[in-house]
Amino acid sequence: MSDRKRSVLRGQLRYLPVHILLILGGMVMLFPFVWQVLMSLSTNAEIQSVPPQFIPGTFRWENYVEVFQKLPFLQQFGTSLLITVARTLGQLVFCALAGYAFARMQFRGRNLLFGMLLAILMIPGQAYLIPQYQIVKSFGLLETAAGVVLPGLFSAFGTFLMRQAFMSMPKELEEAARLDGCNPWQTFWRVMLPLAKPSLFAVAIVTVLWSWNDLLWPLIVTTREENMPISVGIATLAGQYSSDYAVMMAASVMAMAPIFVLFFSMQKRVIEGLASSGLKG
Amino acid sequence: MTTTTTGRAAPTGKRRRSPMSVGAWPLLFIGPLLLGVLVFYYYPIISNLWTSFTATNAFGGDPKFVGVDNYVDLLNRPDLPSALVNTLFYTAVVLLGVPLSVVIAAMIELPGLKGRTIYRVLFFMPYLAMPVAIAQVWRIFFNGNFGILNQGLKAIGIAEPPYWLSTPGFAMLAVAFFGIWSSIGFNVIILSAGLKGISPELYEAASLDGASAWRQFRTVTVPLLTPSIFFLTIMTAIGGFQLFDGLYAMLGPGNPAINQSRSLVYLFYNEAFVQQNKGGGAAIAMFIVLLVGIATAIQFWGQKKWVHYE
Repeated sequence: MSDRKRSVLRGQLRYLPVHILLILGGMVMLFPFVWQVLMSLSTNAEIQSVPPQFIPGTFRWENYVEVFQKLPFLQQFGTSLLITVARTLGQLVFCALAGYAFARMQFRGRNLLFGMLLAILMIPGQAYLIPQYQIVKSFGLLETAAGVVLPGLFSAFGTFLMRQAFMSMPKELEEAARLDGCNPWQTFWRVMLPLAKPSLFAVAIVTVLWSWNDLLWPLIVTTREENMPISVGIATLAGQYSSDYAVMMAASVMAMAPIFVLFFSMQKRVIEGLASSGLKG
Repeated sequence: MTTTTTGRAAPTGKRRRSPMSVGAWPLLFIGPLLLGVLVFYYYPIISNLWTSFTATNAFGGDPKFVGVDNYVDLLNRPDLPSALVNTLFYTAVVLLGVPLSVVIAAMIELPGLKGRTIYRVLFFMPYLAMPVAIAQVWRIFFNGNFGILNQGLKAIGIAEPPYWLSTPGFAMLAVAFFGIWSSIGFNVIILSAGLKGISPELYEAASLDGASAWRQFRTVTVPLLTPSIFFLTIMTAIGGFQLFDGLYAMLGPGNPAINQSRSLVYLFYNEAFVQQNKGGGAAIAMFIVLLVGIATAIQFWGQKKWVHYE
């Protein structure tokens, strides 16, 4: 072993108790995921066995096939995708535009409007749900993805984040753009928006996570299996086939997979984005 | 917070108004959001308040104004106290996750620690998980007959461990455990970011003074983290008062313990969308707004005593 390696090892040795605690804690965090994958490949008898059997005798891939027989899985998965993409794009557009105006344009009532927008954040979501449901119903959008998407297109929190981002940018850039003959739209689109990428990413991450995993609102808007996003689909499956554990697990693994693929493909940026979304609050 | 507040430009006499502020531009930028917010947030909050003073009979028809009847009904509900207690209990338990997260984050961010990224990812994973999907694992973990928790308890000599998910009280405990497990990741991310903002010189100075690691944690780390801790306390409390997903996922509508294990939001959901009593549901929503408002106000009032801003 080289000297350098040895000294690194000695350095970590003083952290041994810390490593032990963190590994134990990390196992508690990781264990449900690993176990879920294992159960998704087990038989129901294996899942219910005493003493517990964690490793299945043979991998039962049929559980995954069965998901598609018990649930319109593809359709629900597609609905979830559609809802998540639409909400994220919508929030990016509306929040960036409004955030820019609140940060950089002077107009009458700006502070009052912004204050009223922030007030939305103080009020728990349940206070909006019944009227939102009635509005969506009156638009004839119950049981549709559009109905699930609509209220979530507009976010006070996202606007707040974008405003913070634009406020921290040097004013000289705008002056320069203006002298070059850009109108406010061109200044925003060509000069300022590209600089706000980290905050746009933060808004996107928060929205993607929330949209994909959201339960209460889509549970209210959709009642027919073929119209539900996958979160509601899983809840319904759990209610109907409460003892068919293996299939539940297979469906759950597939429902969570996209978020984890997304996360592991850009892990560092996701963590940074979320950290910034909290710090600026 | 960074120094972002530029505010309004200083008055510069007769300077021409910038083209950024003239004409329809601000409206074009804000209009779309404003319209959406008016329709889906401002109008609903007023409409909800109005609805809470009305009643609709079971056969439809126009809502009738009934004054404070819905609120009187709400306060007389036999299941209100248990929903309130369950919600407060759950909130208290998930709040315990905040100090726990401070310890975890402080360990992960120790200078020179190897494997930091892996730890960060491990603790963060539960936050990403769809609650209703990952809850299926915890349902099996807590299962009364074959769950590994009870198998473990039996192994260490507890002959009759509880049926966690079908016994009121124990069911809330299981839901709260799930809540803590899910929330630690986000806490750790926010606290880690806060920790990075603490200058290493403070620790060096403390070590020179002979302060132990524990003393440094208490006298340097925790005080300087209080703004992040305060933010998390507020967010966790607000989230706790709005418990729904975790409860619905863990217990589900068919669970025998659900009647005693409802949270306020579950009560709201059930009243407004299962029983189809919009007036009663709207009153519960206003009750939740009031409760969250009071809890948040108390915390903002209390922060003066313990939050240090630089």
